[in-house]
Amino acid sequence: MSQNLCFHCGEIALEGNRWNLEIDGEAQIMCCPACKAVAETIIGSGLKDYYRHRTALPEISPQQKRSANDDVREELKLYDEPAIQQSFVQHFDNSQSESQQTEVEAILVISGISCAACAWLIEHRLNQLEHVISVNLNLTSHRLMIRWLEGEINLSQIFEEIHQLGYQAHPFSATEAEEQRIKESKTAFRRLAVAGFATMQVMMLSVPLYVGAMQGILAQYEVFLRAASMLFATFVVMYSARPFFSAALRDLRTQHLTMDVPVSIAILLAYFASVWSTVNQGPEIYFDSVCMFTFFLLTGRFFEMRARHRMTQAGNNLLDLMPSAAIKSGPDGDIVISSSDIQVGDLLIIKPGQQIPADGIVESGKSAVDEAALTGEYLPIDKSQGDLLIGGTYNIESQLMMRVTTTGADAELNTIMRLMDRAQQEKPAIAIFADKVASRFVAAVLIIASIIAISWWFIDPSQAFWITLAVLVVTCPCALSLATPTALTAATASLREQGFLISKGHVLEGLTQIDRIVFDKTGTLTRGELSLEQSLPASNEVTLTAQQALKIAATLEQYSNHPIARAFNYAGHFDTDNIEQVTGQGVEGQLLNIEGHEDTSYRIGRADFAFPQQNLSPPIDDDRQWLLLANNNQPLYWFALSDTLRQGAGATIAQLKNWDIKVSILTGDPSSQVEAVATALKIDDVHKGLSPVQKLELASAWQQLGERLMMVGDGINDVPTLARADVAIAIGQASDLTKTNADAVITNNSLTTLLQAIRKGKKSTRIIRQNIYWALLYNLLALPLAATGFIPPWAAAIGMSLSSLIVVGNALRLLSSDKQLVSL
Amino acid sequence: MDIIYILIPLSILLIGVAVSVLFWAIKSGQFDDMDSPAHKILFDDDDQLKK
Repeated sequence: MSQNLCFHCGEIALEGNRWNLEIDGEAQIMCCPACKAVAETIIGSGLKDYYRHRTALPEISPQQKRSANDDVREELKLYDEPAIQQSFVQHFDNSQSESQQTEVEAILVISGISCAACAWLIEHRLNQLEHVISVNLNLTSHRLMIRWLEGEINLSQIFEEIHQLGYQAHPFSATEAEEQRIKESKTAFRRLAVAGFATMQVMMLSVPLYVGAMQGILAQYEVFLRAASMLFATFVVMYSARPFFSAALRDLRTQHLTMDVPVSIAILLAYFASVWSTVNQGPEIYFDSVCMFTFFLLTGRFFEMRARHRMTQAGNNLLDLMPSAAIKSGPDGDIVISSSDIQVGDLLIIKPGQQIPADGIVESGKSAVDEAALTGEYLPIDKSQGDLLIGGTYNIESQLMMRVTTTGADAELNTIMRLMDRAQQEKPAIAIFADKVASRFVAAVLIIASIIAISWWFIDPSQAFWITLAVLVVTCPCALSLATPTALTAATASLREQGFLISKGHVLEGLTQIDRIVFDKTGTLTRGELSLEQSLPASNEVTLTAQQALKIAATLEQYSNHPIARAFNYAGHFDTDNIEQVTGQGVEGQLLNIEGHEDTSYRIGRADFAFPQQNLSPPIDDDRQWLLLANNNQPLYWFALSDTLRQGAGATIAQLKNWDIKVSILTGDPSSQVEAVATALKIDDVHKGLSPVQKLELASAWQQLGERLMMVGDGINDVPTLARADVAIAIGQASDLTKTNADAVITNNSLTTLLQAIRKGKKSTRIIRQNIYWALLYNLLALPLAATGFIPPWAAAIGMSLSSLIVVGNALRLLSSDKQLVSL
Repeated sequence: MDIIYILIPLSILLIGVAVSVLFWAIKSGQFDDMDSPAHKILFDDDDQLKK
């Protein structure tokens, strides 16, 4: 079996050695001409090491994205227009340098990168181009920064090179949110670095002080060492710990106590008491505790932030959803304009494969439009004169002329965005256990501390302050505030490896509180693409085998842009002639050199197109898509296509029910396909044909009944509901807008990952509780000792570190990957 | 023991230098991509050298 896999993409090569390519003197099997072309490009550029280095197969198999190459080239030419380049290309005037030429820099987002070798391949291929000055591909964000000499190469050439290697490039323009994110990440790194360096230094300075406390130390050295520690601690408190203070201030203003409040109190009190002690040669200093405490907490938050950024970074931007260019037809001929310049009443030309840039109506032409992202309808919808077109959807089959009716804020897509904004504000907060404990803990510590202070005031006023301070530092909620972030970070890291990317902190705890899970159908429970389910001979007289019929069908369908064609997954079995794609009908053409069927003409598509001589209907009357293959003399084969269930969907739903979680389907698809899916998965609660608003209304109704809701979806029509749901999860293939609005993404596209995530969520909630109880227990033990004045600072520091280490060690148990996988 | 009056300020100075170098590195974007450099070094261009 293994020798029949395509050398390039790893798919099964159905035609054996037909597309073999010689690499290093060895014949390698290729599954299709598309893979062969990509491999030839790679070998031809002397980059065959790619195959040696790569650790993962290409994410996008070349045959899946085949489309008429000329169309692609035509579309890429759009990128040479200055109006379009405006948003993502920068010019650098270089008149001082010897070349005297202006340098141009563009940032592109590359999709299809599966491992580090891909980055190596793209960088080296582009570097080989003349006049390219520098190429840099970021593996984390999949962003390519390329700089070249103006006028020497066209941007479309660069796009084409990337395309030929089997990847796709899109222009990237940084949004404000993106810049904000970079700034946040850099600042967090700086704060962490300062805290880390300072902690190491203060620790080093603390050793002589602790030793001195036990064995005696000259006062002059003690003062000096304390002063040096104070210097470092000052940087930490003034710079590194600032986020805690601002968060605590916000908490006080909103009267909602979180961990930031006790953290800030502990840092500030310990710091100022130590400063006082340093200046007045008082008994104790706590600078080491202050620094270490800040460093531990910042580390936890730093990792949390990186996990959050990773997800939003890998995606493109919202802007990409709307195409940046449009072709406007005017009295002076066709001109390319930027999509921001489109005005109501403009006449636009929409080519096949192009995204529709604004809302409007069809003026002339006939085509199918893929509206899956917006409506959940998985089959393209036929559009002809007078039909509505929605901005952001894709034209598939042939050229359309459209008249723009709405732009900007009123466009359909923007309406959904507004809906999403509103839903987001109404999103219920998941109660974080640690926060609940925190507010009570803060109150308790403050009350106890004042009681102790007052009691000691009567016993021995000179000691009252120091004992109160020791109480505060000992009970300083280090372990308590580390309890949650460490557990969350460990669980997040482990889940990321299993294909579940968490971007918001509340998800893990939220997962355990879910009462109902709402699934979208198309693209979530199902794979969101058609696949071949059944093939039946049209009559008893057909001599063709199913295998042969499939080959003929696949040969014809490779010339079609329609998503249906993708179900016939293999290209180029026979030589062809006179191929014609008929919009909304099918494909016809001559097949050459088939034994026993000399140069016959075949047609595949709708029954009345494939065999117009007779009025035929599908052998089984159901909601699946039936295609007929026929030649001039007789109908040959029926093919049934439908959107198949995602792998593991059945097992997932069964397990969820087992856990007493209610399951519902909310879908925009109005067809009876919905019931078929529901029956197969044994889901009773089904709502179909819903608009985004109706989905949102149903979800809020459940929430008002007090249910905790999780939404799993992929389309743009799910976005408002995702924004509203307690926990929102997107499928990895979802649009970028959906992903950025979800709290987590299933990156391996398998629904069983959801089960692992819920299990991990339960486990981490358990560990968080253990950690918090441990921290409380430690505080209970330490409090009486501190209150009676038995704890010197070094013991407090050791106690704090030990309890923190135990908490961290306990959290690390979450890193082990979950071995109880659900059998598929 | 009086040596600490020189050594500790010296170490503070060195830390200051280290932190400012790190700040410069962060600013110039050297920590923006934590994944690719680790892989890039593994791909040697042996074949190109042979030519």
